[in-house]
Amino acid sequence: MTSSEGQQHPLGIYFKIWTLLFVLSAFSYMVDYFQFEGYLRWFLIIVFMMLKAGLIVAVFMHMMWERMALVYTIIVPPLLLLVFLGIGTLEGDHTFLTRMIFFGGAE
Amino acid sequence: MTQSAQAAMAGAPLLDGTPGVIADWSSDQSAFKKTPWGKVMMWIFLLSDTFIFSCFLIAYGTVRMSTTIPWPNPSEVFALNIGGNHVPLLLIAIMTFVLITSSGTMALAVNFGYRKNRMVTFWLLLATALLGATFVGMQAFEWTKLIVDEGVRPWGNPMGAPQFGAIFFMVTGFHGTHVSIGVIFLFIMAFKVLRGKMDREEPGFMTGRKQDYGMIEIMGLYWHFVDLVWVFIFAVFYLW
Repeated sequence: MTSSEGQQHPLGIYFKIWTLLFVLSAFSYMVDYFQFEGYLRWFLIIVFMMLKAGLIVAVFMHMMWERMALVYTIIVPPLLLLVFLGIGTLEGDHTFLTRMIFFGGAE
Repeated sequence: MTQSAQAAMAGAPLLDGTPGVIADWSSDQSAFKKTPWGKVMMWIFLLSDTFIFSCFLIAYGTVRMSTTIPWPNPSEVFALNIGGNHVPLLLIAIMTFVLITSSGTMALAVNFGYRKNRMVTFWLLLATALLGATFVGMQAFEWTKLIVDEGVRPWGNPMGAPQFGAIFFMVTGFHGTHVSIGVIFLFIMAFKVLRGKMDREEPGFMTGRKQDYGMIEIMGLYWHFVDLVWVFIFAVFYLW
């Protein structure tokens, strides 16, 4: 690794992203503190989660400065997880319905 | 590459069978230009870890959706009483801020490492390790509170759906293990830096390869990933 080219960037961007992550975390906590419910709660949770994840990967993990070949290698495969998530949701709902039918929701 | 070298490669006979497999895989082609192999390997590891944590979280979602008994309210379960005030989810919020702070000090450590500023890198790595240890300590407190005071077990709990304990201990336990391993390696890395191993490019004690400040960036990738996983756990386990 002696020939490695280090990722060298101005310090300012780290402090900006750091502050932003703090603010976004505070917002996520506020979602619970103010007891938002329903779709608004879900929307806010997912938005803050994705923003934080994106900032960490892009800046702190230097993904935005890597070559496209590496970026695609790492970012594309996890997209398949959305399919898995969909299967899990179908399965969960199905199990719930059969339990309601056969156990009447008591146990 | 010179033209003669290209011609030699094109004209070289390809081997068949097992020797062919070995020759093909070791033919010294690099897909990831200008990226140290150690960093690529860490990314590949993190990709596999992404799938492991995703399996856990999707399994959690499936289990929570399929239960007919109400799920314990995380906002209440993880609330703290501060001076008679009931503050929901306070401990988890503090843990989140501790981990984000450690991510920031880690990012700075990588930056000062590439500036070859030995002492600042050491102190930043040490701060990251101590913040990580604080996180694990708070998690130990949280587990103790849940097991001893609230009677949560992997097979049941007094608050609702019995699957709550199993999922909680598995997901946070696996994440806590990652944090603990990270803390150990942060301490090792911090003292490597302090001793000037990176400056002198001494061979590592396990690999025998020359050490440099690029190792701090690879360590950083792991640490930021641990923070990244917590972002998802915090959102879907504690806020749902």
